[in-house]
Amino acid sequence: MKNVQYLEIEGNSKGYLALLGFLGLIILGALGAFYYMEHNGHWVSNMDNQIVWGTPHVFAVFLIVAASGALNVASISSVFNKTAYKPLAPLSGLLALALLAGGLMVLVLDLGHPDRLIVAMTYYNFKSIFAWNIILYNGFFAIVAVYLWMTMDRTMAKYKKAAGITAFLWRIILTTGTGSIFGFLVARQGYDAAIMAPMFIIMSFSFGLAIFMLVLMASYNWTGRPLGDALVKRLKNLLGVFVAAVLYFVMAYHLTNLYATEHHGVEAFILRDGGVYTQLFWFGQIIMGSLVPLALLYGPTGSNRKMIGLASVLIILGGLIQMYIIIIGGQAYPLEMFPGKEVSSSFFDGIVNVYSPSAPEFFLGLGGIGVALIAVALGVKVLKFLPTSLADEDVDPHHK
Amino acid sequence: MDKNMTDLARRNFFGKAAAAAGLAVAPGVMLYEVQARPADQAASSKVRWGMLIDTTKCNDCNECVTACQTENGWGAGSDNEQKSSDRQKAQWIRKVKLTDKQTGHVQSLPLMCQHCETPPCVDVCPTGASMKRADGIVLVDKHICIGCRYCMMACPYKARSFIHEDLHNQKVVAPRGKGTVESCTMCVHRVDKDGTPACVEACTKADRNAMVFGDLNDPNSTISMRLKEFGGEQIRADLGLNTGVRYQGL
Repeated sequence: MKNVQYLEIEGNSKGYLALLGFLGLIILGALGAFYYMEHNGHWVSNMDNQIVWGTPHVFAVFLIVAASGALNVASISSVFNKTAYKPLAPLSGLLALALLAGGLMVLVLDLGHPDRLIVAMTYYNFKSIFAWNIILYNGFFAIVAVYLWMTMDRTMAKYKKAAGITAFLWRIILTTGTGSIFGFLVARQGYDAAIMAPMFIIMSFSFGLAIFMLVLMASYNWTGRPLGDALVKRLKNLLGVFVAAVLYFVMAYHLTNLYATEHHGVEAFILRDGGVYTQLFWFGQIIMGSLVPLALLYGPTGSNRKMIGLASVLIILGGLIQMYIIIIGGQAYPLEMFPGKEVSSSFFDGIVNVYSPSAPEFFLGLGGIGVALIAVALGVKVLKFLPTSLADEDVDPHHK
Repeated sequence: MDKNMTDLARRNFFGKAAAAAGLAVAPGVMLYEVQARPADQAASSKVRWGMLIDTTKCNDCNECVTACQTENGWGAGSDNEQKSSDRQKAQWIRKVKLTDKQTGHVQSLPLMCQHCETPPCVDVCPTGASMKRADGIVLVDKHICIGCRYCMMACPYKARSFIHEDLHNQKVVAPRGKGTVESCTMCVHRVDKDGTPACVEACTKADRNAMVFGDLNDPNSTISMRLKEFGGEQIRADLGLNTGVRYQGL
């Protein structure tokens, strides 16, 4: 293998500036939405006392989960010693940090009191998985930053492996924490399941790699740097495995619930009678977000980069839909307090809760993606994250 | 020698006098313990405040809800939350109608914070704003609530509400605010002055007598004696939360 050269992108083309402008507009939109919701109060959103977490949380949790998964490529190189992935490690770390920053921004700006962020940082209830997550997120920033330093500064190369292993273990714990936000909720029928933690980990692999694929292909295409077919093929095959693994976990979750009579209600709601949630599940998450991408990745289109890109987009959309079903669908289904009874009250007990995303919620959530992408776009311009060539003969010593 | 004897006698006298004075004061001290708790004294885990609701005596009336609104200044008890939709308005206590799917038997009961011994809302709160007092009352510290609503996700009783807009003219006894979460306080301001929660008082005044308030730790309290004699169920007892609010005839 040749010595891989890393170089900043030039970043003065019209296309690059247009990209920054476009992402800047998305971020402005999010800041506007934030100001509007915080100034007036959450009554201007469609969130209420029945659906307490809305569209911002869908985007935020998706981005936080994807952040952990985006570090996958770096882990494969540093922990599992796969040489071909080594040149991709810096971009993988950068994308992980950027996605986490985007997700956390959305989460914080949706708080009832974002001005009390300092309270969240200084008052800790250590029994709360949320409090643990605050520590895990901050730690992730620090550990991945150190990992990037060890990777990009050749004088520190001897610490690279240790930093890589630490980052790998940390992100597994981090996503366990994110999944447990729902797994630990005993109150609601759709949650309260230990499988949430490992399912979120495998979801992170899938969503994170899909975003990584798109960012990688776009940045090499737009900068005219070579990107080898063999490398893309390795990545897309891995992506397909992750998509299938997510499907397996989803199946195990629903089959377990279907076996237990106490969960028949919520299963019927998601799988059969839930209207928009049922349609989103079958058409959005399963068909569009899982089966079609699998066909695109492993079928005859598997060597076509446009089709791989399309599959990645569909996996991301399917992932957002999956989060929507978990977060919104889980709250839409009523709390079961009185088994065997029909329940009614002035507080909407016993009925399926109605919700549709409002514009400010959507724009705040979208802003998280904007922040993540602009951080990557600026990052690759100011620091040497991207190898000048990812042509197969440059990255794989055994490539013929 | 004589002087020593005198000293001993004096010492004995003072000792006995002190003991007598102690005995005389003791009943007062005992009495003091069950009186209203002074503001500078922490809530005690010797008591556990609870409520017993007899669903067989509860009917369609709404007295408890109205009394809570007036006492704590929410819903019809204030002119706040005008912008919020019905789905966004806070409800500290609500009447729930239950119809048995098999038999058609209809019941009505008030539902509010169940003041669990191990409250899920307290477990999940990242800052500790959700808290349980030593005497079992579950509250929200509005000063450190960041408005994340995780407690609302965690509560099995949907007892909590988030405030979606600016409020004004709140009741002194029940401070509330935009961007924070709130719920039934078991009228802690009354309880601390040896009083009864507004809902229980209203229920009794309306001659329903479906609600009893008292100390679950005191075997001689009305609530404990009733529970001992007739039993009482918890909503979602399967969660093992040991709720402070119990129901009869559920």
